[in-house]
Amino acid sequence: MLDTVLVILLTALLAIGALLTAMTSRLLRAAIMLAVTSAVLTAIMFRLNAPLAAVFELSVCAGLVPAIFISAIGLTRRLDPEGLKARFKDRIKRYWFLPVILVAVAAGLSQIHFVTDFIVSAPDSAGETVQTVFWNTRPLDLLGQVAALLAAAFAVVVLLKETTND
Amino acid sequence: MTEAVLLFTVFGIGVILTAIVGFYCLLTTKSLIRALIAVEILAKAVTLLIVLCGYLTGRMALAQTLAITLIIIEVAIVVVAISVVLALFKQDGDADATTMRTLKG
Repeated sequence: MLDTVLVILLTALLAIGALLTAMTSRLLRAAIMLAVTSAVLTAIMFRLNAPLAAVFELSVCAGLVPAIFISAIGLTRRLDPEGLKARFKDRIKRYWFLPVILVAVAAGLSQIHFVTDFIVSAPDSAGETVQTVFWNTRPLDLLGQVAALLAAAFAVVVLLKETTND
Repeated sequence: MTEAVLLFTVFGIGVILTAIVGFYCLLTTKSLIRALIAVEILAKAVTLLIVLCGYLTGRMALAQTLAITLIIIEVAIVVVAISVVLALFKQDGDADATTMRTLKG
């Protein structure tokens, strides 16, 4: 019973966090709410017995990504108070029905009985650990990750280079 | 209702709700940085879906591997996209998708 309440509460927090991230009129608050959403997702991952992925989610998605967003927001121009007020009204006009849609979708989906015969009763990883899967089953993924990170670093250097001849 | 069915139902609804919010934010926003935040929300939904499927089918190690890969690729995408937005901002003085007119040809 307690576990049911915890699971439903975590899901509600995730949806509310995503909603607040989308609805706030200030970008800085949106970035901070994104970090909060990531933290809730970390708790969900711990509940689903995925501690390694949860730690990655917490350190990278709740720590690094909001820091990148906040520094990018700091480098762009801020709105004057009138512009901010107009933006706030505009957002309310465009977003007021989104919570209603979410509640309606959640209520509708909770009434449907899905086909669940693919679910195995006892989660069992058959002797696999993350390390063995990473190094033995999917080594090309590691290569792809390293290539993506190197390409990203190269792209950042090229894109943010100071151009002198314009 | 067994525990696995409960988790499938509740977290599955959570995935759908998060994806709805992400798609809506991505479709309605004009700010490029906010569009990236919407992409992040969508990535959260996908991460939760991968971990949930791994839990339900008993392949937790594989699911965690894929989730970690997804997170790393997501960071690479965000960093590159933020640099594109900042380069555009430096050129135009604006990060608004509707006023962007200098990208033709």
